[in-house]
Amino acid sequence: MTEPTAGGLSIRTALAMLVFTVVFTAFMAGGYLLTRDPIQRSAKAEKLLLIDQILPRGSYDNALLDDVAKLPPTPELGLDQGGQVWRARRAGQPAALVMEAAAPDGYAGRIELIVAVAADGQVLGARVTQHRETPGLGDYVDPRKDKNKARPWINQFEKPANDLPPSAWTVKKDGGAFDYNTGATISARAVTRAVGRVAAYAAAHRDALFQ
Amino acid sequence: MNLKHLREIAHAGIWKSNTGLVQLLGLCPILAVSTNLINGISLGLATAVVMAISGAVVAALRTLIPYEIRIPVFILIIAALVTVLDLAFNAYLHSLYLVLGIFVPLIVTNCIVLARVEAFAAKNGPLSSAVDGFAMGAGLVWLLALLGGMRELIGTGHLFNGIDMIIPSAQPLRVLPEAYPGFLVAILPPGAFISLACLIAGKSWLDARAAKRAAQARPAAEQPASA
Repeated sequence: MTEPTAGGLSIRTALAMLVFTVVFTAFMAGGYLLTRDPIQRSAKAEKLLLIDQILPRGSYDNALLDDVAKLPPTPELGLDQGGQVWRARRAGQPAALVMEAAAPDGYAGRIELIVAVAADGQVLGARVTQHRETPGLGDYVDPRKDKNKARPWINQFEKPANDLPPSAWTVKKDGGAFDYNTGATISARAVTRAVGRVAAYAAAHRDALFQ
Repeated sequence: MNLKHLREIAHAGIWKSNTGLVQLLGLCPILAVSTNLINGISLGLATAVVMAISGAVVAALRTLIPYEIRIPVFILIIAALVTVLDLAFNAYLHSLYLVLGIFVPLIVTNCIVLARVEAFAAKNGPLSSAVDGFAMGAGLVWLLALLGGMRELIGTGHLFNGIDMIIPSAQPLRVLPEAYPGFLVAILPPGAFISLACLIAGKSWLDARAAKRAAQARPAAEQPASA
């Protein structure tokens, strides 16, 4: 066998690389196509399970996840990239809104939330969907991490008084209406204020959001 | 290749050249994820599966891969396998995916996988390579379980935080008394380094003790030990 030339060697190597790339890209594409539908279904089921925690499934009768409005970047809700609102309806009438929102002022950056607000403006509940608060200290805003399993902190947003003035939407330490855990005020304050902003936004834009 | 050979591979992976304690590969995910027992075991298991499969596939294809471009091809194979594994997990084992899923993409970036493929699978058959990958992963499982359990216990006084993700009705186990205030440093990043250092020191101590005993036993037996 003769010594291969530099050009021949590089072409042969490139061809081998190309073959491997094509084969394994096809393998990934096949995997993607096979799993696409089940993944979409389970992502929807998972989202719905999360929403179930703040908005009981019996309180609306439309396909909630398909009745979605896209929000442009909305600083009032802390959404720099835009977000989504799901509209719950009962017999065609507005029942509640499930809104994405974010608190920009957590102890460790953004805290992402979903908040359910009834059509009459009543806050129904909130859940933290993503955060980086200190483990064991500020992360009690996420009920999965809250040590108080019987009555997690976030449950305060399950139907609080419907006539709270804007100044009450903060922790008691700042003169607000909501409890917090001593030593970890910042996370609780950030979430409480964000939920308050969502309530105010939902009240102000109710009709537009249900359009 | 026989059973003894496979047992040696397994011993190397689980103890002698443990990826976390001896080779110190993939420290980034090890330190970041070992905040509790459940996370540690989960990452360990996911890594073991990926390593066993990628080892077997690379070993089966090793004669087809040109030597000069083996590294990019290995990376391509590992990335493709992990991607498809991630998708399959998500689609067909969704409840497991919710626990392990976040760790699977972490594994692609883990140099353990590429290191074992290059050092072992490229030179051995598919079965040995699968055993090697799985044993290396198993070594990681116990290390991460110990590290995670240690940090969790010292940090919070609990064990099995997050078990409700796997068994919804289960509650974390309170090990230390209610009054234990928790030592947060153990859970934060510095605690990871300190805990891992303690475990490495512990393994070195055990190995040194074993070597000393072997040295003492040898003259008594009056025959050269077959190392």
